[in-house]
Amino acid sequence: MTRTRLQALAVALLACGLTVAAPAHAVRIGEDAPAFELVQADGKPVALAKLRGSVVYVDFWASWCAPCKRSFPWMNALYDRHRGEGLIIVGVNVDKRRPDADRFLRDVPATFPIVFDAAGATPAAFDVKGMPSSYLVDRRGVVVAVEEGFHDERTATLEAQIRALLVAR
Amino acid sequence: MRCWLRADRIARVVAACAVAVAGCASFDPPKPWEKGDLARPSMHFDADPLASKTMQHIYQSREGAAGGGSVGGGGCGCN
Repeated sequence: MTRTRLQALAVALLACGLTVAAPAHAVRIGEDAPAFELVQADGKPVALAKLRGSVVYVDFWASWCAPCKRSFPWMNALYDRHRGEGLIIVGVNVDKRRPDADRFLRDVPATFPIVFDAAGATPAAFDVKGMPSSYLVDRRGVVVAVEEGFHDERTATLEAQIRALLVAR
Repeated sequence: MRCWLRADRIARVVAACAVAVAGCASFDPPKPWEKGDLARPSMHFDADPLASKTMQHIYQSREGAAGGGSVGGGGCGCN
């Protein structure tokens, strides 16, 4: 009797244990940025590993995200100011439907490379906590800043940080 | 007489229930980058704010229900 009960308990515990998913690991400051290779609209690939040596600003965005729309003009300006010094901005679109992204880009064109990840593997690898989310990656491929959301008052600090990274070769 | 409520049978039923309920625990809310469909205007309770405002206005004036739908007033019709 007791044995049956114990068996039942074991089965129940096992069932509970199996369904608890392993917690996803969020990318933190000081860690290597997860590698990704995604394709731009013209078919050209962008691989993070190949950008080693540049300061990379990886921005996850979607057409349905209002702050993303506000962030694009700033990112364009940032890219135009610092691209000559070794800054690369990679906009990772996470829209499920590509026409939504295309419509967004017609409204607010980007001067920096945009790649598309409809499957969402890259935001999953970074474990993005909100939209938009940006990761500042230094020349060695290490994440030095994680930015969640777009805040006008944060842009000056962020740009100063980027400039410091660009100067420190 | 054989008692139906035998302890091992209860244990088995409890185990079966635990397995069934545990299935609910595997539900994962959509991730931040998967909320595109939830963000669509058709997913809002209030798909057309202007139309619902008009409806509310008509309702208030025709039904004498001033104050019921928004702030202020207690339905006395005096505001």
